[in-house]
Amino acid sequence: MKFSENWLRELVEIKADRAALAHALTMAGLEVEELTVLGEGLAGVVVAEIVAAEKHPEADRLQVCKVDAGQGELLQIVCGAPNARVGIKVPLATVGANLPGGIAIKAAKLRGVESFGMLCSAKELGIDADASGLLELPLDAPVGQSLADYLGLPDASIELKLTPNRPDCLGLVGLAHDVAALFGSAVKVPAQGVAPVTGDAKRGIRLEAGKDAPRYLGRIVEGIDPAAHTPLWLTERLRRSGLRPISAVVDITNYVMLELGQPLHAFDNDKLEGDIVVRHARVAEPLKLLDGYEAKLDQGFVLIADEHKALAVAGVMGGFDSRVTDATRNIFLEAAHFAPAAIMGRARKLGMHTDASHRFERGVDPELPRRALERATELLLSIAGGHAGPVLVAENLADLPKPATVVLRRTRLKRVLGVDVADAEVARIFTALGMRVEALAEGWQITAPSSRFDIEREEDLIEEVARIFGYDNIPTHSPAGALALAIEPEARINELALREQLAARGYYEAVNLSFVPAELLARWDFTERLVPLANPLSADLAIMRPSLLPGLIEALRHNRARQQERVRLFEVARVFAAGDPPVETPSLAIVACGNARGEQWGEPSRQLDFHDLKGDLDALIAWGGEPQRWSVHADGLPGWLHPGRGARVARDGETVGYLGALHPQLAKALDLGADVHVLELALEPLLARRLPLAQPVPRFPAVRRDIAMDLPEEISWSQIEQAVRGSLGTRLQELRLFDRYSGKGVEAGRKSLAMGLILQDASRTLTDDDADRCVREAVAALEQTCKAKLRG
Amino acid sequence: MDDLDSRAAQAQAEIDKVDTLEALDALRVGLLGKSGIVTAALKALGALAPDERKARGAEVNRVKDRLADALTARKQVLEQAELDRRLASEKLDISLPGRDGERGGIHPITRALERISAIFARLGYQRADGPEIEDDWHNFEALNFPPHHPARAMHDTFYFGDGRLLRTHTSPVQIRSMKGRQPPIRIIAPGKVYRSDSDQTHSPMFHQIEGLLVDETSSFADLKGTLSEFIRAFFERDFEMRFRPSYFPFTEPSAEVDIRWDAEDGSTRWLEVLGCGMVHPTVLANCGIDPERYTGFAFGLGVERFAMLRYGVSDLRAFFENDLRFLKQFA
Repeated sequence: MKFSENWLRELVEIKADRAALAHALTMAGLEVEELTVLGEGLAGVVVAEIVAAEKHPEADRLQVCKVDAGQGELLQIVCGAPNARVGIKVPLATVGANLPGGIAIKAAKLRGVESFGMLCSAKELGIDADASGLLELPLDAPVGQSLADYLGLPDASIELKLTPNRPDCLGLVGLAHDVAALFGSAVKVPAQGVAPVTGDAKRGIRLEAGKDAPRYLGRIVEGIDPAAHTPLWLTERLRRSGLRPISAVVDITNYVMLELGQPLHAFDNDKLEGDIVVRHARVAEPLKLLDGYEAKLDQGFVLIADEHKALAVAGVMGGFDSRVTDATRNIFLEAAHFAPAAIMGRARKLGMHTDASHRFERGVDPELPRRALERATELLLSIAGGHAGPVLVAENLADLPKPATVVLRRTRLKRVLGVDVADAEVARIFTALGMRVEALAEGWQITAPSSRFDIEREEDLIEEVARIFGYDNIPTHSPAGALALAIEPEARINELALREQLAARGYYEAVNLSFVPAELLARWDFTERLVPLANPLSADLAIMRPSLLPGLIEALRHNRARQQERVRLFEVARVFAAGDPPVETPSLAIVACGNARGEQWGEPSRQLDFHDLKGDLDALIAWGGEPQRWSVHADGLPGWLHPGRGARVARDGETVGYLGALHPQLAKALDLGADVHVLELALEPLLARRLPLAQPVPRFPAVRRDIAMDLPEEISWSQIEQAVRGSLGTRLQELRLFDRYSGKGVEAGRKSLAMGLILQDASRTLTDDDADRCVREAVAALEQTCKAKLRG
Repeated sequence: MDDLDSRAAQAQAEIDKVDTLEALDALRVGLLGKSGIVTAALKALGALAPDERKARGAEVNRVKDRLADALTARKQVLEQAELDRRLASEKLDISLPGRDGERGGIHPITRALERISAIFARLGYQRADGPEIEDDWHNFEALNFPPHHPARAMHDTFYFGDGRLLRTHTSPVQIRSMKGRQPPIRIIAPGKVYRSDSDQTHSPMFHQIEGLLVDETSSFADLKGTLSEFIRAFFERDFEMRFRPSYFPFTEPSAEVDIRWDAEDGSTRWLEVLGCGMVHPTVLANCGIDPERYTGFAFGLGVERFAMLRYGVSDLRAFFENDLRFLKQFA
């Protein structure tokens, strides 16, 4: 809602300057979003008439004008504006004036011709953006008058960011009431006039839309002057309120809408046939709208129609064929009340938003139509002439909204706000807001004016008291209420701690958007149970990610493309799968590439490999204290992993994620190398932690025996571990792999593994014989099950 | 006698000249060893008369002690010199970088989000959560947004084919937390939210934190107190603050909170940082809580905004580009 400050000040006494007014509005919940000062620095600018104009002898685009500025003698002014011509009235900045743009006017010679002032455009005067030519003033503008006085300047254009609950402030009169309550002053709104009825043209009105359109007022005005000009005072107010002047009829309906908040519409009466019918649209009923859009409507829309055709979408926009044109002499003026629920969302459905729909979907005072119709008629008759017919009324009183009567309890007011507001102040606030107040023993009974759709229950009244009393005047206090102590389970790792742990291991946390392009998912071969958006912003943001990896790899590529060779990123977020309801799984993903360690001076550098990432996984698993519940498997890998360098991760046998090198084909398609490794796991299993149960520390020392075994390449470490553990049972405390070798000295297809057996017995110190026996048993088991040979 | 004295004086001079531990040891053997001069002098005592022997013996022992002390002192000097040499030879360039000292870092959004959550945790707020894919009831209806209500137009919503939607705010967690529970309730609900809006100052995904307190005594004054304390705790400084009337369908009275922010050019301006209000009685009733007995307040804040202010980030989009040169600044 944009309006002219001067206009508002005409409607209500405001004992405050501009800044204080803006502050007061903002602090009353009517937030000032923008305030533009208009027409300051116009001292020395006067209304002038061009009485002669000749081409400049030295310059094609300049004219030498003789100008009457009411000073007795004519002034010579050199002017370059394309519309400068004899007979028009324009603003003249006289010598000595300082324009808002910083131009100081002096007597000057332009290409050898003397000039005593400057004729101005609206932009040069700081009152509008129009710089296309001189600001042409009405022909009756008094020559010599100060332009500021003539235009009612200075003024300010104030834009409010109104919340949806305050449609009453979408008209200046409503706003004036709120301002009056804020400043404890009185509104100066003129009483409702009654335009003289000098015509007798009538038209029937039939209401057939029930509750959706309970009141419809119309009036025929015949014989208006289609060429009538809107007076400057009115176009200036429109302009300062953000509306462009269009034609007298449209300007007047817009003006009344701004003034009272009631949208009006004017039809060309000669295009209407028979009665006006207010009804619901039929299925796929077509209507060409004012802006040329060919709308296809449905039964959800209320239409204004005549006996034969649709004329307008109620509360949204008029139709093209029945519009007022510059040939229209007879008009049908409409002022109606539509129920908010009948208008809500309708404009949006047509892909539009209009001043009318904005007001009707929030709620327009049902008592306004007559007043608005009279006001518009009054303006129309004075500006464009014509004969007004009688006001035509159709209404279903039973369906009109009733003013709400709500009780406010004194105790509740205090309870909710936490402050005592004096009874007299409460009564003053409601009265000032135009509400009827009746004192009750426990508080007040309040009847809201018909304009206040938002007053329905006690809290609405509490809010009004708080708003006008001032939020600033409510004290600050710390809650003293009861507290339920939250119990944090110890058997769960804190998610932030997990993130910090990854950060400590050298990873940076990334945050990607939750949407990914279908194309990217197809490349990774994520095709099942996808959750696509119905209205994505773009194809790149179309599908809820089924995995964090595609997006995280894109982030890795982003960094690779920016000279970052070693990238280590992780992300914790949800992944999505179709279902009813859709499944959201918190997930952890890691991507890494480049050197295993940061580039450094002390040790040979090495590319990151599978086991580096597995080390990260082991560390996370170890934190939970139950590594025995976890396992990795070489089977069941997704297609995006390298089939020989990938692993499926399971907890208690259930798959919870994957890790490994990207499949070389995918890596190639993404322009990445073999060093890129990834890990993705469901988050919850990682956060599970064992509550420790202390065991006595061993009383007897452990014994270590190292063995080197020669084994076939295909025997996995887990097979070896299983064989050794199986043979030694609880005597084996730990099995450590400390060397792995293949090549010279080892037969092709075989490898040599050196391992340390940490042996211990809970009841005694193991002797050398015991240890040797263990080694023999372990070796025997490896020979039997793993085709192993003991190396000499 | 004179002989021993002169030999001892000579030995003393030799001890002072010796510059290796080996040579010093050889000298010691030559003086105090089995065939050393002192030992010889002691052996010679046996040939003297008893009274002479006593005096001579005491003298020889004095010489012996003097030489032993001199040897020990010299040994210490030489050992110290040797240690100094070794230490000098072992000197490292301690300015070389350490091994594996790199660390990563958490994202600035996480950092701000956790800081905010921790402040409220200290006030007894429990962390709560809800789905990001929500239904219309939790995201709108239960929060008092009727269908097609203009307040919904302020939430540009992403929808799915089945009518579900991406939550446009964390407020549905209020509903999920209150359902099936009775006050006192204090919850804090951080999470991702979505609006179909994307430009320099809007991201289609961003993070919000929702706070909710419901009990038998809370008032708007408590809400003001809580949020004033929070702002002070988060920024570790006092701000001029103002609570401005506003409108949210699920709170009444509602407010927006502005802080007086010092711009880089030295000017100050009001900056909106929070939305809040007293929980609407309809919302309490929708969750099975008696609005006559209980009152409460709720607030919602944008984490990105707080992170931008706290860490001086000027471009919202930087948060989602995951450029290491940006992320490393928050390690």
